[in-house]
Amino acid sequence: MGFLPLLVPLDGGSTEELFEHLGWPPGVESFAGRPLLPGVLPDWVTNTVAQAIIGAILVIIMWLVFARKQTIVPSRRQFAGEFLYDIVRNGIGRDILGPDFRPYLPYLLGLISFIIVNNFFGEFFFFMFPTFSHIAYPYALAIMSWLLYIIVGIKRFGVGHYFKKMLIPEGVPVGLYPLIIPLEFISNFIVRPVTLALRLFANMFAGHLVIMVFVIGGTLLIELGGPLIAAGSVSLIMSFAIFALELFVGALQAYIFTVLTAQYVSSSIAEGH
Amino acid sequence: MLPYDINLGPLLPEHWQEMAVGVVLFLLVWWVMAKKIVPMFEKTYEARTEAIQGGIEKAEKAQAEAAAALKEYQAKLADARGEAAEIREQAKQQAAQLAADMKAQAQEESARMIAAAKQAIEAEKAAAQRELRGEIGSLATELAGRIIGEALDDDARTQRAIDRFLAELETTGV
Repeated sequence: MGFLPLLVPLDGGSTEELFEHLGWPPGVESFAGRPLLPGVLPDWVTNTVAQAIIGAILVIIMWLVFARKQTIVPSRRQFAGEFLYDIVRNGIGRDILGPDFRPYLPYLLGLISFIIVNNFFGEFFFFMFPTFSHIAYPYALAIMSWLLYIIVGIKRFGVGHYFKKMLIPEGVPVGLYPLIIPLEFISNFIVRPVTLALRLFANMFAGHLVIMVFVIGGTLLIELGGPLIAAGSVSLIMSFAIFALELFVGALQAYIFTVLTAQYVSSSIAEGH
Repeated sequence: MLPYDINLGPLLPEHWQEMAVGVVLFLLVWWVMAKKIVPMFEKTYEARTEAIQGGIEKAEKAQAEAAAALKEYQAKLADARGEAAEIREQAKQQAAQLAADMKAQAQEESARMIAAAKQAIEAEKAAAQRELRGEIGSLATELAGRIIGEALDDDARTQRAIDRFLAELETTGV
Protein backbone atom coordinates (compact mmCIF):
# COMPACT_ATOMS: atom_id res chain seq x y z
CA MET A 1 0.00 0.00 0.00
CA GLY A 2 1.14 3.51 -0.64
CA PHE A 3 0.21 6.46 1.47
CA LEU A 4 -2.66 7.72 -0.61
CA PRO A 5 -5.15 6.35 1.92
CA LEU A 6 -3.69 8.79 4.44
CA LEU A 7 -5.22 11.62 2.52
CA VAL A 8 -8.69 10.18 2.73
CA PRO A 9 -10.45 11.31 5.88
CA LEU A 10 -12.14 8.63 7.88
CA ASP A 11 -15.45 8.94 9.61
CA GLY A 12 -16.32 6.37 12.22
CA GLY A 13 -15.94 2.70 11.35
CA SER A 14 -14.57 -0.03 13.54
CA THR A 15 -10.90 -0.36 14.48
CA GLU A 16 -10.65 -3.38 12.18
CA GLU A 17 -11.91 -1.32 9.27
CA LEU A 18 -9.39 1.39 10.08
CA PHE A 19 -6.58 -1.21 10.17
CA GLU A 20 -7.76 -2.60 6.89
CA HIS A 21 -8.01 0.83 5.32
CA LEU A 22 -4.50 1.93 6.33
CA GLY A 23 -2.94 -1.43 5.53
CA TRP A 24 -1.94 -2.22 9.10
CA PRO A 25 0.18 -4.01 10.07
CA PRO A 26 2.57 -3.44 7.15
CA GLY A 27 4.09 -6.63 5.80
CA VAL A 28 5.34 -8.37 2.72
CA GLU A 29 2.05 -7.72 0.96
CA SER A 30 2.65 -3.95 1.41
CA PHE A 31 5.42 -4.28 -1.13
CA ALA A 32 3.25 -5.79 -3.84
CA GLY A 33 3.54 -3.92 -7.11
CA ARG A 34 0.51 -2.05 -8.37
CA PRO A 35 -0.15 -2.55 -12.08
CA LEU A 36 -0.04 0.85 -13.75
CA LEU A 37 -2.78 0.39 -16.29
CA PRO A 38 -4.47 -2.97 -15.70
CA GLY A 39 -5.98 -4.32 -18.86
CA VAL A 40 -4.10 -1.91 -21.12
CA LEU A 41 -0.54 -2.84 -20.20
CA PRO A 42 0.49 -6.28 -18.97
CA ASP A 43 0.16 -6.77 -15.22
CA TRP A 44 3.92 -6.84 -14.70
CA VAL A 45 4.17 -3.19 -15.72
CA THR A 46 3.87 -2.00 -12.14
CA ASN A 47 4.86 1.11 -10.24
CA THR A 48 8.30 -0.42 -9.62
CA VAL A 49 8.90 -0.85 -13.35
CA ALA A 50 7.89 2.76 -13.92
CA GLN A 51 10.20 3.84 -11.13
CA ALA A 52 13.11 1.89 -12.54
CA ILE A 53 12.56 3.46 -15.96
CA ILE A 54 12.25 6.97 -14.50
CA GLY A 55 15.33 6.28 -12.38
CA ALA A 56 17.38 5.27 -15.39
CA ILE A 57 16.24 8.34 -17.33
CA LEU A 58 17.02 10.60 -14.36
CA VAL A 59 20.50 9.12 -14.06
CA ILE A 60 21.21 9.66 -17.74
CA ILE A 61 19.84 13.22 -17.73
CA MET A 62 21.68 14.11 -14.54
CA TRP A 63 25.04 12.99 -15.91
CA LEU A 64 24.42 14.58 -19.29
CA VAL A 65 23.76 17.87 -17.52
CA PHE A 66 26.94 17.50 -15.48
CA ALA A 67 29.04 16.48 -18.47
CA ARG A 68 27.66 19.06 -20.89
CA LYS A 69 29.91 21.86 -22.17
CA GLN A 70 32.97 21.01 -20.18
CA THR A 71 35.88 23.39 -19.97
CA ILE A 72 39.36 23.10 -18.51
CA VAL A 73 38.46 25.61 -15.84
CA PRO A 74 35.22 24.14 -14.49
CA SER A 75 32.01 26.05 -13.95
CA ARG A 76 30.07 25.56 -10.72
CA ARG A 77 27.84 22.91 -12.32
CA GLN A 78 30.80 21.12 -13.86
CA PHE A 79 32.67 21.28 -10.57
CA ALA A 80 29.79 19.59 -8.76
CA GLY A 81 29.66 16.93 -11.47
CA GLU A 82 33.39 16.36 -11.25
CA PHE A 83 33.17 16.07 -7.48
CA LEU A 84 30.63 13.25 -7.76
CA TYR A 85 32.44 11.71 -10.70
CA ASP A 86 35.74 11.72 -8.82
CA ILE A 87 34.20 9.89 -5.86
CA VAL A 88 33.56 6.96 -8.19
CA ARG A 89 36.56 7.46 -10.47
CA ASN A 90 39.26 7.93 -7.86
CA GLY A 91 37.61 6.78 -4.64
CA ILE A 92 36.30 3.48 -6.01
CA GLY A 93 37.75 2.85 -9.47
CA ARG A 94 41.36 3.88 -9.12
CA ASP A 95 41.77 2.92 -5.47
CA ILE A 96 40.47 -0.61 -5.93
CA LEU A 97 41.25 -1.46 -9.54
CA GLY A 98 44.55 0.36 -9.83
CA PRO A 99 45.75 2.07 -12.99
CA ASP A 100 43.63 -0.16 -15.26
CA PHE A 101 40.37 1.16 -13.84
CA ARG A 102 39.32 3.05 -16.96
CA PRO A 103 37.41 0.25 -18.80
CA TYR A 104 35.31 -0.50 -15.69
CA LEU A 105 34.57 3.10 -14.81
CA PRO A 106 31.37 3.41 -16.89
CA TYR A 107 29.97 0.28 -15.24
CA LEU A 108 30.76 1.48 -11.72
CA LEU A 109 29.47 4.97 -12.40
CA GLY A 110 26.24 3.69 -13.90
CA LEU A 111 25.81 1.17 -11.11
CA ILE A 112 26.15 3.57 -8.21
CA SER A 113 24.03 6.25 -9.86
CA PHE A 114 21.25 3.85 -10.81
CA ILE A 115 21.11 2.33 -7.32
CA ILE A 116 21.33 5.60 -5.43
CA VAL A 117 18.58 7.29 -7.45
CA ASN A 118 16.27 4.32 -7.06
CA ASN A 119 17.01 4.09 -3.35
CA PHE A 120 16.20 7.75 -2.87
CA PHE A 121 12.82 7.10 -4.46
CA GLY A 122 11.97 5.52 -1.12
CA GLU A 123 12.16 8.88 0.60
CA PHE A 124 10.79 11.22 -2.06
CA PHE A 125 7.23 12.28 -2.70
CA PHE A 126 5.35 10.84 -5.62
CA PHE A 127 7.34 7.59 -5.50
CA MET A 128 7.69 6.84 -1.77
CA PHE A 129 8.98 3.40 -2.58
CA PRO A 130 12.56 2.16 -2.93
CA THR A 131 12.74 0.27 -6.20
CA PHE A 132 15.37 -2.09 -4.85
CA SER A 133 13.08 -3.39 -2.13
CA HIS A 134 11.73 -5.50 -4.98
CA ILE A 135 14.19 -8.38 -5.10
CA ALA A 136 14.06 -8.66 -8.91
CA TYR A 137 16.12 -5.48 -9.36
CA PRO A 138 18.95 -6.36 -6.96
CA TYR A 139 19.02 -9.81 -8.59
CA ALA A 140 19.34 -8.18 -12.00
CA LEU A 141 22.24 -5.99 -10.95
CA ALA A 142 23.95 -8.76 -8.99
CA ILE A 143 23.78 -11.05 -12.03
CA MET A 144 25.31 -8.30 -14.16
CA SER A 145 28.16 -7.77 -11.72
CA TRP A 146 28.62 -11.53 -11.42
CA LEU A 147 28.85 -11.92 -15.20
CA LEU A 148 31.15 -8.90 -15.40
CA TYR A 149 33.79 -10.18 -13.03
CA ILE A 150 33.72 -13.70 -14.44
CA ILE A 151 33.94 -12.50 -18.04
CA VAL A 152 36.80 -10.05 -17.47
CA GLY A 153 38.66 -12.76 -15.56
CA ILE A 154 38.23 -15.29 -18.36
CA LYS A 155 39.18 -12.66 -20.92
CA ARG A 156 42.40 -11.90 -19.12
CA PHE A 157 43.53 -15.40 -18.11
CA GLY A 158 41.54 -17.84 -20.24
CA VAL A 159 38.95 -20.24 -18.81
CA GLY A 160 41.34 -22.79 -17.32
CA HIS A 161 43.76 -20.37 -15.74
CA TYR A 162 40.99 -18.15 -14.42
CA PHE A 163 39.08 -20.89 -12.62
CA LYS A 164 42.30 -22.38 -11.32
CA LYS A 165 43.23 -18.97 -9.96
CA MET A 166 39.82 -18.43 -8.40
CA LEU A 167 39.39 -21.93 -6.97
CA ILE A 168 42.88 -22.83 -5.73
CA PRO A 169 44.50 -20.27 -3.48
CA GLU A 170 48.27 -20.17 -3.75
CA GLY A 171 50.23 -22.40 -1.41
CA VAL A 172 47.41 -24.81 -0.57
CA PRO A 173 48.69 -28.42 -0.35
CA VAL A 174 47.20 -30.79 -2.91
CA GLY A 175 45.66 -32.89 -0.16
CA LEU A 176 43.34 -30.04 0.76
CA TYR A 177 42.04 -29.54 -2.78
CA PRO A 178 38.87 -31.61 -2.30
CA LEU A 179 37.99 -29.35 0.60
CA ILE A 180 39.22 -26.01 -0.73
CA ILE A 181 37.87 -26.15 -4.27
CA PRO A 182 34.17 -26.50 -3.34
CA LEU A 183 34.59 -23.88 -0.60
CA GLU A 184 36.21 -21.41 -2.94
CA PHE A 185 33.61 -22.12 -5.59
CA ILE A 186 30.76 -21.45 -3.19
CA SER A 187 32.44 -18.37 -1.81
CA ASN A 188 33.51 -16.82 -5.12
CA PHE A 189 30.72 -17.79 -7.47
CA ILE A 190 27.61 -18.29 -5.35
CA VAL A 191 27.90 -16.36 -2.11
CA ARG A 192 29.22 -13.23 -3.80
CA PRO A 193 26.28 -12.50 -6.11
CA VAL A 194 23.70 -13.72 -3.62
CA THR A 195 24.99 -11.54 -0.80
CA LEU A 196 25.36 -8.64 -3.20
CA ALA A 197 21.67 -8.86 -4.09
CA LEU A 198 20.38 -9.72 -0.63
CA ARG A 199 22.32 -6.99 1.16
CA LEU A 200 20.87 -4.30 -1.03
CA PHE A 201 17.39 -5.79 -1.07
CA ALA A 202 17.20 -6.42 2.67
CA ASN A 203 18.38 -2.93 3.56
CA MET A 204 15.84 -1.27 1.34
CA PHE A 205 13.08 -3.68 2.31
CA ALA A 206 13.67 -3.29 6.03
CA GLY A 207 14.10 0.46 5.75
CA HIS A 208 10.83 0.86 3.94
CA LEU A 209 9.12 -1.40 6.43
CA VAL A 210 10.35 0.71 9.34
CA ILE A 211 9.17 3.87 7.61
CA MET A 212 5.76 2.28 7.11
CA VAL A 213 5.59 1.27 10.76
CA PHE A 214 6.36 4.80 11.90
CA VAL A 215 4.19 6.65 9.43
CA ILE A 216 1.20 4.33 9.20
CA GLY A 217 1.44 3.48 12.87
CA GLY A 218 1.60 7.16 13.80
CA THR A 219 -1.37 7.93 11.59
CA LEU A 220 -3.27 5.03 13.10
CA LEU A 221 -2.64 6.24 16.63
CA ILE A 222 -3.79 9.73 15.75
CA GLU A 223 -6.89 8.32 14.04
CA LEU A 224 -7.71 6.30 17.15
CA GLY A 225 -7.80 9.58 19.08
CA GLY A 226 -7.60 10.32 22.76
CA PRO A 227 -4.28 10.12 24.57
CA LEU A 228 -2.89 8.10 21.65
CA ILE A 229 -2.70 11.29 19.58
CA ALA A 230 0.43 12.29 21.50
CA ALA A 231 2.05 8.90 20.83
CA GLY A 232 1.08 9.14 17.16
CA SER A 233 2.59 12.62 16.90
CA VAL A 234 5.86 11.44 18.40
CA SER A 235 5.85 8.55 15.96
CA LEU A 236 5.32 10.86 12.98
CA ILE A 237 8.04 13.24 14.18
CA MET A 238 10.38 10.29 14.65
CA SER A 239 9.66 9.23 11.10
CA PHE A 240 11.64 12.23 9.89
CA ALA A 241 14.73 10.87 11.59
CA ILE A 242 14.01 7.50 9.98
CA PHE A 243 13.72 9.18 6.59
CA ALA A 244 17.10 10.82 7.12
CA LEU A 245 18.57 7.50 8.19
CA GLU A 246 17.11 5.84 5.10
CA LEU A 247 18.68 8.46 2.83
CA PHE A 248 22.00 7.60 4.41
CA VAL A 249 21.40 3.86 4.12
CA GLY A 250 20.33 4.23 0.50
CA ALA A 251 23.55 6.07 -0.41
CA LEU A 252 25.66 3.70 1.66
CA GLN A 253 24.19 0.57 0.10
CA ALA A 254 24.74 1.95 -3.41
CA TYR A 255 28.33 2.67 -2.44
CA ILE A 256 28.84 -0.80 -0.94
CA PHE A 257 27.35 -2.56 -3.95
CA THR A 258 29.69 -0.61 -6.23
CA VAL A 259 32.78 -1.04 -4.08
CA LEU A 260 32.20 -4.79 -3.82
CA THR A 261 31.68 -5.08 -7.57
CA ALA A 262 34.98 -3.26 -8.09
CA GLN A 263 36.56 -5.55 -5.51
CA TYR A 264 35.34 -8.67 -7.30
CA VAL A 265 36.54 -7.38 -10.66
CA SER A 266 39.87 -6.55 -9.09
CA SER A 267 40.20 -10.07 -7.65
CA SER A 268 39.42 -11.45 -11.11
CA ILE A 269 42.06 -9.47 -12.96
CA ALA A 270 44.74 -9.43 -10.27
CA GLU A 271 47.90 -11.32 -11.21
CA GLY A 272 48.66 -12.93 -7.86
CA HIS A 273 46.11 -14.11 -5.41
CA MET B 1 17.29 -28.15 -5.76
CA LEU B 2 14.81 -26.50 -3.44
CA PRO B 3 11.77 -28.44 -2.36
CA TYR B 4 8.87 -27.06 -4.34
CA ASP B 5 6.85 -26.07 -1.31
CA ILE B 6 9.47 -23.75 0.22
CA ASN B 7 8.11 -20.23 0.39
CA LEU B 8 10.84 -17.76 -0.57
CA GLY B 9 8.56 -14.87 0.33
CA PRO B 10 9.92 -11.52 -0.77
CA LEU B 11 13.09 -13.21 -2.03
CA LEU B 12 11.13 -14.49 -5.01
CA PRO B 13 10.69 -11.87 -7.70
CA GLU B 14 7.09 -10.81 -8.02
CA HIS B 15 7.36 -10.79 -11.78
CA TRP B 16 10.35 -12.23 -13.59
CA GLN B 17 9.93 -9.42 -16.16
CA GLU B 18 11.10 -6.97 -13.51
CA MET B 19 14.51 -8.61 -13.69
CA ALA B 20 14.58 -8.16 -17.45
CA VAL B 21 13.55 -4.55 -17.02
CA GLY B 22 16.35 -4.07 -14.50
CA VAL B 23 18.92 -5.65 -16.81
CA VAL B 24 17.80 -3.69 -19.87
CA LEU B 25 17.69 -0.38 -18.00
CA PHE B 26 21.05 -0.92 -16.45
CA LEU B 27 22.55 -1.90 -19.81
CA LEU B 28 21.17 1.36 -21.19
CA VAL B 29 22.64 3.38 -18.33
CA TRP B 30 25.96 1.56 -18.72
CA TRP B 31 25.99 2.22 -22.44
CA VAL B 32 25.36 5.94 -22.01
CA MET B 33 28.09 6.11 -19.36
CA ALA B 34 30.59 4.28 -21.57
CA LYS B 35 29.77 6.13 -24.79
CA LYS B 36 29.11 9.63 -23.53
CA ILE B 37 29.57 10.56 -19.91
CA VAL B 38 32.90 8.96 -19.02
CA PRO B 39 34.61 9.96 -22.30
CA MET B 40 33.40 13.54 -21.79
CA PHE B 41 34.82 13.72 -18.29
CA GLU B 42 38.03 11.93 -19.20
CA LYS B 43 38.56 14.21 -22.18
CA THR B 44 38.32 17.24 -19.95
CA TYR B 45 40.68 15.66 -17.42
CA GLU B 46 43.17 14.84 -20.13
CA ALA B 47 43.00 18.33 -21.53
CA ARG B 48 43.45 19.72 -18.06
CA THR B 49 46.44 17.50 -17.33
CA GLU B 50 47.93 18.46 -20.65
CA ALA B 51 47.32 22.13 -20.04
CA ILE B 52 48.93 21.97 -16.63
CA GLN B 53 51.84 19.85 -17.81
CA GLY B 54 52.27 21.98 -20.91
CA GLY B 55 52.26 25.08 -18.75
CA ILE B 56 54.88 23.65 -16.44
CA GLU B 57 57.03 22.54 -19.35
CA LYS B 58 56.66 25.93 -20.97
CA ALA B 59 57.62 27.69 -17.79
CA GLU B 60 60.60 25.43 -17.31
CA LYS B 61 61.71 26.03 -20.87
CA ALA B 62 61.33 29.77 -20.48
CA GLN B 63 63.31 29.65 -17.27
CA ALA B 64 66.10 27.67 -18.90
CA GLU B 65 66.12 30.06 -21.81
CA ALA B 66 66.29 33.03 -19.49
CA ALA B 67 69.15 31.45 -17.55
CA ALA B 68 71.03 30.74 -20.79
CA ALA B 69 70.46 34.28 -22.00
CA LEU B 70 71.67 35.67 -18.69
CA LYS B 71 74.82 33.57 -18.89
CA GLU B 72 75.40 34.67 -22.44
CA TYR B 73 74.93 38.31 -21.55
CA GLN B 74 77.24 38.00 -18.62
CA ALA B 75 79.87 36.38 -20.82
CA LYS B 76 79.39 39.09 -23.41
CA LEU B 77 79.62 41.76 -20.77
CA ALA B 78 82.86 40.31 -19.45
CA ASP B 79 84.19 40.14 -23.01
CA ALA B 80 83.17 43.70 -23.66
CA ARG B 81 84.79 44.84 -20.46
CA GLY B 82 88.05 43.12 -21.38
CA GLU B 83 87.88 44.56 -24.84
CA ALA B 84 87.20 48.04 -23.53
CA ALA B 85 90.15 47.78 -21.18
CA GLU B 86 92.32 46.67 -24.07
CA ILE B 87 91.10 49.48 -26.26
CA ARG B 88 91.70 51.96 -23.50
CA GLU B 89 95.18 50.66 -23.02
CA GLN B 90 95.81 50.86 -26.73
CA ALA B 91 94.44 54.37 -26.90
CA LYS B 92 96.62 55.42 -24.02
CA GLN B 93 99.64 53.97 -25.76
CA GLN B 94 98.68 55.56 -29.01
CA ALA B 95 98.12 58.90 -27.34
CA ALA B 96 101.48 58.71 -25.64
CA GLN B 97 103.12 57.78 -28.92
CA LEU B 98 101.32 60.56 -30.70
CA ALA B 99 102.32 63.11 -28.10
CA ALA B 100 105.92 61.99 -28.24
CA ASP B 101 105.87 62.14 -32.03
CA MET B 102 104.38 65.58 -32.08
CA LYS B 103 106.79 66.80 -29.48
CA ALA B 104 109.72 65.55 -31.54
CA GLN B 105 108.27 67.04 -34.67
CA ALA B 106 107.71 70.38 -32.98
CA GLN B 107 111.23 70.36 -31.62
CA GLU B 108 112.59 69.59 -35.02
CA GLU B 109 110.47 72.30 -36.56
CA SER B 110 111.51 74.85 -34.00
CA ALA B 111 115.13 73.91 -34.43
CA ARG B 112 114.75 74.26 -38.14
CA MET B 113 113.01 77.61 -37.79
CA ILE B 114 115.63 78.89 -35.38
CA ALA B 115 118.33 77.83 -37.78
CA ALA B 116 116.59 79.54 -40.70
CA ALA B 117 116.11 82.69 -38.65
CA LYS B 118 119.73 82.64 -37.63
CA GLN B 119 120.76 82.26 -41.25
CA ALA B 120 118.48 85.10 -42.32
CA ILE B 121 119.83 87.30 -39.57
CA GLU B 122 123.39 86.43 -40.58
CA ALA B 123 122.59 87.25 -44.21
CA GLU B 124 120.91 90.51 -43.27
CA LYS B 125 123.76 91.35 -41.03
CA ALA B 126 126.27 90.66 -43.76
CA ALA B 127 124.24 92.67 -46.28
CA ALA B 128 123.91 95.58 -43.87
CA GLN B 129 127.61 95.43 -43.16
CA ARG B 130 128.37 95.36 -46.79
CA GLU B 131 126.04 98.25 -47.52
CA LEU B 132 127.25 100.22 -44.55
CA ARG B 133 130.80 99.62 -45.53
CA GLY B 134 130.04 101.03 -49.00
CA GLU B 135 128.13 104.03 -47.82
CA ILE B 136 130.06 104.93 -44.74
CA GLY B 137 133.15 105.79 -46.77
CA SER B 138 131.40 108.33 -48.98
CA LEU B 139 129.43 109.69 -46.06
CA ALA B 140 132.47 110.19 -43.93
CA THR B 141 134.39 111.68 -46.85
CA GLU B 142 131.60 114.06 -47.57
CA LEU B 143 131.30 114.96 -43.94
CA ALA B 144 135.00 115.48 -43.53
CA GLY B 145 135.07 117.50 -46.78
CA ARG B 146 132.41 119.77 -45.49
CA ILE B 147 134.11 120.10 -42.17
CA ILE B 148 137.47 120.99 -43.67
CA GLY B 149 135.90 122.81 -46.55
CA GLU B 150 137.84 121.15 -49.30
CA ALA B 151 137.25 118.17 -51.36
CA LEU B 152 139.17 115.29 -50.56
CA ASP B 153 140.09 114.36 -54.12
CA ASP B 154 143.06 112.44 -53.44
CA ASP B 155 141.44 109.17 -53.67
CA ALA B 156 144.37 107.21 -52.61
CA ARG B 157 144.79 109.02 -49.38
CA THR B 158 141.13 109.17 -48.71
CA GLN B 159 140.81 105.45 -49.26
CA ARG B 160 143.58 104.79 -46.82
CA ALA B 161 141.99 107.00 -44.14
CA ILE B 162 138.71 105.29 -44.59
CA ASP B 163 140.22 101.88 -44.32
CA ARG B 164 142.05 102.80 -41.15
CA PHE B 165 138.85 104.21 -39.66
CA LEU B 166 136.96 101.14 -40.50
CA ALA B 167 139.64 98.96 -39.01
CA GLU B 168 139.38 100.98 -35.83
CA LEU B 169 135.68 100.68 -35.87
CA GLU B 170 135.92 96.97 -36.23
CA THR B 171 138.26 96.65 -33.32
CA THR B 172 135.97 98.70 -31.04
CA GLY B 173 132.94 96.91 -32.51
CA VAL B 174 130.00 98.57 -34.12
